[in-house]
Amino acid sequence: MNAKVVDARGLACPQPVVLTLKALVDADQVVTLVDNPAAVENVTRLARSKGFSVQVTQRADGVELALTRGGAAPQAQSVTEHVVVCSTAGAAPGPLVLFVASDSLGRGPAELGERLMAAWFHALGEVATRPDRIIFMNSGVKLVVEGARTVEDIRGLADSGIEVLACGTCLGYFGLSDKLAVGQVSNMYDIATALLEAGRIVEL
Amino acid sequence: MAIDLFESVSECGCAAKVPAQELRDLLRGVQVPGGPDVLVGPDTLDDAGVYRLTDDQCLVQTLDFFPPVARDPRDYGRIAAANALSDVYAMGGRPLTALAIVCIPSALVRQGVLGAITRGAIQALEEAGCALLGGHSVLDPQPKFGLSVTGLVARDRMLTNAGARPGDRLILTKPLGTGVTIMAVRAGMASPAQEVEANRTMATLNARAAGLAVACKARGATDVTGFGLLGHGLQLARASGVSLEIGAAGVPMLEGALEFADQGLLSAAAYTNRDYVGDAVVFDDDVPLAVRDLLFDPQTSGGMLVCCPPDQVQSFLERAGAELSTPFGVVGRVVAADGPSRITVRGGAFGVGPAGEGGG
Repeated sequence: MNAKVVDARGLACPQPVVLTLKALVDADQVVTLVDNPAAVENVTRLARSKGFSVQVTQRADGVELALTRGGAAPQAQSVTEHVVVCSTAGAAPGPLVLFVASDSLGRGPAELGERLMAAWFHALGEVATRPDRIIFMNSGVKLVVEGARTVEDIRGLADSGIEVLACGTCLGYFGLSDKLAVGQVSNMYDIATALLEAGRIVEL
Repeated sequence: MAIDLFESVSECGCAAKVPAQELRDLLRGVQVPGGPDVLVGPDTLDDAGVYRLTDDQCLVQTLDFFPPVARDPRDYGRIAAANALSDVYAMGGRPLTALAIVCIPSALVRQGVLGAITRGAIQALEEAGCALLGGHSVLDPQPKFGLSVTGLVARDRMLTNAGARPGDRLILTKPLGTGVTIMAVRAGMASPAQEVEANRTMATLNARAAGLAVACKARGATDVTGFGLLGHGLQLARASGVSLEIGAAGVPMLEGALEFADQGLLSAAAYTNRDYVGDAVVFDDDVPLAVRDLLFDPQTSGGMLVCCPPDQVQSFLERAGAELSTPFGVVGRVVAADGPSRITVRGGAFGVGPAGEGGG
């Protein structure tokens, strides 16, 4: 089973707790990445109060907290597996990545661009070729937050197994850190890895 | 609510303090200018400095400011003023004059936020009977507000960290938990009632509590702020050359605060406070983790920790019941130190009687 990953590095308390709590609601395994001692203790307290066991692993780029509902701690590998998970589509040598760096599709009036973007994600659910991963960056993150008209369609894509990543820095920039409605918060390291490992990238 | 000040800050209130250990290290071996008339200087880490003016009158001076602790600007101003005034009360003094310290982004000035903060502060100053003489403001991306307050205290009524005596009962005059509650508000996990009650206790002046302490002939007292109950308690114990015993069950706490601690809504400062006290605080096994956490929780405009002579406790509590608008309680007692000052935290509560043994 793959764990949900919450990347709370660079975030001050209470954000690591808030994001982990959201992830705990409908998951049996959650991996939270943090980068300060207070966040390690706070996420540990949260997990225990919600009946999760906690396994703490020091990594070069932070601290990994593997939370498991109820019983035993998870295998450390499950995390790595998730972060670089690739389900190769067709003949492509690597995953197909959809890179969304704007909340508006194409150049032209913003209103038209936003309408087109909504239509794009609606259509994507009906298209046979699916991306393995969708990355939202810059104003693109506005498409995956509470209240966005695209959320419903993107959630459908996520539920069908497509990994949805939203740039944490971008969410923070727009003051939307606690408004993510679908997908996981990600960082530049993971996003760069995802783009460089991609077999094909479609940029919007 | 039009403005949410929490959207403009990364650290809140007294949680934004420089750690106590760093302040101690900073002052070690430094000769600060003083003289025979400095009765309370930086060495005891007291709430305010005290300077002798005449044989019986002393000047009390303090300065306190911090980033927003409430979402509403007016609440924030009121709380910041109550917090700054508290340092004068904690010395047994009467505040006379205040100067405002303001750091604020220009956008918030245009939106009228500074005006609202100032009105909140003025409300607290009027209640305290303290004059506002002016202030200084600086444009700054992160808002901060506070006051420098000057007051007077009669020398024989002075309350200090160094005045605790073995046998004194420790009385706390406000509930703990403002730190975790502020964090819970930021996380969207506090109920409106919990937010309102935390704001109410923070905005409450320590004037009456200090008046009771002086009336009951207490000599040792402090207000509980950024270093938490145990951090301030340890400073008091060390300055007085005594040890403390705390009965955790008797410590008043804000409704919901234990759950917030249990869910990890602690500020980094709470852990810094825990690290600061180190081995000097010992917990009995039956003190739950969430309770320990709250004893380290940094407080904003917290209550007075009063060292009340044992024969005055009954009278203090009776008058407190009539005069204080916040929950209060006997939280422990002062004992002689056999070696370096320590704090022992027990799970039970301390009685008010002369025996006053813990573990109840």
